[in-house]
Formats: sequence, C-alpha cells, structure tokens
Amino acid sequence: MRISMNVNGQTREADVEPRLLLVHFVRDVLELTGTHWSCDTSNCGACTVQLDGEPVKSCTVLAVRANGHEVTTIEGIWSGTELTPMQEGFRQEHGLQCGFCTPGMILTATAFLENNPDPTEAEIREAISGNLCRCTGYENIIKAVQWAANSREGVSV
Amino acid sequence: MQVPARFDYEVAASVEEAIRLLERHGPEARLLAGGHSLIPMMKLRLAFPETLIDIHELDGELRYIREEDGALEIGALARHQDVLDSEVVRERYPILWDAETMIADPLVRNMGTVGGSLAHGDPAEDLPAAFMALGCEVVARGPGGERTIPIDELQTGPFETVLDPAEIIVGARILRAPQGSAYTKVKRRTGDYASAAIGVALNISDGEIRDAGIGMCAVGGQTLRARGAEEILEGQRPNMELYKRAGERAAEESEPSEDARGPVEYKRDLVKVLVVRALEKAVERAGGGA
Ligand SMILES: Cc1cc2nc3c(=O)[nH]c(=O)nc-3n(C[C@H](O)[C@H](O)[C@H](O)COP(=O)(O)OP(=O)(O)OC[C@H]3O[C@@H](n4cnc5c(N)ncnc54)[C@H](O)[C@@H]3O)c2cc1C
Ligand code: FES
Ligand code: FES
Repeated sequence: MRISMNVNGQTREADVEPRLLLVHFVRDVLELTGTHWSCDTSNCGACTVQLDGEPVKSCTVLAVRANGHEVTTIEGIWSGTELTPMQEGFRQEHGLQCGFCTPGMILTATAFLENNPDPTEAEIREAISGNLCRCTGYENIIKAVQWAANSREGVSV
Repeated sequence: MQVPARFDYEVAASVEEAIRLLERHGPEARLLAGGHSLIPMMKLRLAFPETLIDIHELDGELRYIREEDGALEIGALARHQDVLDSEVVRERYPILWDAETMIADPLVRNMGTVGGSLAHGDPAEDLPAAFMALGCEVVARGPGGERTIPIDELQTGPFETVLDPAEIIVGARILRAPQGSAYTKVKRRTGDYASAAIGVALNISDGEIRDAGIGMCAVGGQTLRARGAEEILEGQRPNMELYKRAGERAAEESEPSEDARGPVEYKRDLVKVLVVRALEKAVERAGGGA
C-alpha cells in the first residue's frame, strides 16, 4: 500500500505492507534509528514517537495507520542548532545513563509539558510511567523534566 | 521480532461504510480502533484477521463525551485519555476517572478506545467492570440498524460478545449519574492488567443504600456482576460491618483462576478488600458517610 505522511516536517512516501509496524517503518524504511525498539510487547516505551502530537508506542501502531498524519521522532525534536529545553534539561541534570530510553522519555515528556507546563513531581512520575529506564535513573529524569519546566526558552549551545 | 500475519487493510470513511466493509469481507474481518488490544494479539499470532477495517478516521462521528438529557454518552472512539480529561466524568462519574487512572499507562491511553475496551470482551479489561457497576447500555449499529445492548448481556465468554460480525459499537450510554461511585484495583505494576479490580456505583436516600451496582474485573472468565453482594447492601444503612459482608459475598461470587498474578485464594481475598475500599469511597462521595 502506498502511504504518505509528514515525518519531522517532511513528506515521506513509501510502499509498505499493511502489517509493517510504525517502529520498523521509521527505523528501517526511513532510517531514523533514534527511535529505539526493545520489548516488542507494548511495555517499555523505547519506541515512543509522537503521532499528531501525542506520544504513542510505535511498536503497537501500523505504519499504514499514520498515513496522512504527522509523526515526530527524536530526530525532529532537534532543530539543528539548539537543544530544546527538555534536551538541555537531560544534559544539565544527567537525565541519561546508557541513553537507550532517552528518545522515548524526551518525546513523552515534551508532549506532557505542552499540556501541563507546571507539573508536580507526582504528575511527572505518572506521565513517564509508560517509559521504562533499564538503568533506573528515574530521579534524574524527573529532575530533567523539572529543569525543562522551569526554563522558559530554548537554551543555545 | 514480532510481526502480525498478512492481512488486507481498509480504511472506513463513515460508520455506514465500516458496516458495509464488514459485510463484504465476512466474519474473518475485524475492526481496528486503537489497536492496543488487537495488534499485540496479532503480533503474538493469537489473532489472524484476514482483513482489518480501520475506523480511526471516524473521530468526527465517534469521538465524543457528552451529557444529553441527563445521560452520559461516550463515543466508541473516545480515547482513554479523553475520559480522564473529561470534567463531567471527573465530577459525576468518578468511577470512570478512577478506572482510567489505573488503565495501562499514558502512552497506551492515547491510543486505546472505549469501544475497543467493550468489544474486545477481555475479562481483565477495566472499563466493562466500571460500566457494569453503572449499568450502562452499549449502542451498536449493523446492517439491520441500531440496537441497545445492556452491559450485562454484552459478553458471552472470554473474548466473546453478542456482537454480530458486521456490527460496530458506536458508543455507551449511562442513563443517570449515581450519587457515589468508585473503582479500586490491585495490579503488580504500571502497565499490567488487574490482579483484581472492583467498581461500585450506588445511590443513598434517607440514610439507606437504595441501589448498588458492583462490577468485578479479572476474577472470572468474563466481567462479573456481584448480584448477591448488591442485594446485601440494598435497603441498609452504610457501615463497615455491612461492607465486609458484601465483600465476603462478592468473593464467593467471583470465579478467579490461578495465574502469574496469584492463586485463587489470594484473588478472592483481593475481592473482599477491594469491595470494602470501593464501598467506603463511593459512600463518602455520595455524602452519606457511615
Ligand atoms: C501495555 C498495555 C497495557 C494495558 N493495560 C490495560 C489495563 O490495565 N486495563 C485495561 O482495561 N486495558 C488495558 N490495556 C488495553 C487497552 O486499554 C486497549 O487499547 C483497549 O482496551 C482496547 O481498545 P483499542 O481501541 O485499542 O481496541 P482494538 O485493539 O483496536 O480492538 C480490540 C477489539 O475490539 C474490536 N473493536 C474495536 N472497536 C470496535 C467497535 N467500535 N465496534 C466493534 N468492535 C470493535 C476490534 O475488532 C478488536 O477485536 C492495555 C494495553 C496495553 C498495550
Ligand atoms: S518496543 Fe514498543 S513498547 Fe517496547
Ligand atoms: S538511561 Fe539507560 S535505559 Fe534509561
């Protein structure tokens, strides 16, 4: 099936089998390997992308489902010159160890702050509860999200 | 790598078209809503639909939560997150709000739908138990038109419902908000289904419980109603002794089976405790404290 979608601001088209999962479309067809793929059982959130602005687990979404829609991956978060407040928060607060969960965490947390710019710690914990960090560095991830919430503008590097 | 078996894929542009496509493709066709129950089963090769009819483009028709003539109407494509975000739900149907805070995780709640929860017929799905406590009606449309299915009659067994192969759930309707309601659940961790969960909805007048609905999740081959426990409560003044008796009775009425979430005894104990907790909260919310 021919599909066309807006990925990180660009129109991307391809012929795919309906059974192709969005995570494999993004990683293998578009070669955007910043989206990670891990548990395959809808549990870990490593495969998180934003579909029409909402974070979703791309291992549990068909690529054809995104036809005509907007997808943002971690590559689309980086403007090319500036870190976003969320990325800078992860840098400042050591929000990553091995970095495997980080793309998913950043996509989830970025969408979360848009809906809830001034969250409590409990709300942050709940918001990232679908994203697992195997290094278990949750404390610093929470601090990173708080850092981003407290900073108003993007920070130049 | 888990990949579903091959299937044909269609996108419906209206409810009517979805029904026509279901008719044309026959009983091996399935609707695809959020896909968060069906796709994991297809990846594990526990489900092999020949055709998927994607209904996600029907948001305009089926994604709503509104009050109409005092009834709450929830469209089949309302996402779990929409239910959580609804003011009406939070104020008047806290049982649904409670349940949604404990369903899966925020990412899954962005995709999973109310209609999918009902149609899947999974006894471990939370919303059917909450809806059972509330006594909701499920509205389904098929080639022969629309019909209303009482929630108690929807499921016929594990993953089985009375829906015809060419029928689509368009929504759920709750005729009247209960004075008090609550949902309690024990799960091993976020993202896991319930070890056991209980929904309670009740009305109190003159200090007595006038009517009570109790739905039980994950403690039987289908979503269960604790009728005996409901009867124990009716006409009585709320108090802890009464809650405990209702809990005992509900535990007897449950039919749990042993699995990774625990043995039968443990799950019956959970029912006892969860019924008491849900009743305490529902009565408190009804403003009729014990
Ligand atoms: C990691 C994970 C954890 C979860 N934890 C929980 C939990 O704790 N509690 C819980 O209750 N749920 C849980 N779920 C299930 C989740 O809530 C499902 O998404 C939801 O219940 C089903 O909705 P769906 O839109 O995804 O359905 P789908 O997967 O799209 O469909 C499910 C079934 O219903 C049929 N169907 C869908 N819509 C309709 C309709 N309108 N009319 C007729 N048939 C229809 C489909 O053909 C299919 O057979 C979890 C899911 C995941 C992936
Ligand atoms: S790979 Fe998608 S949730 Fe783990
Ligand atoms: S930093 Fe290693 S998994 Fe989270």
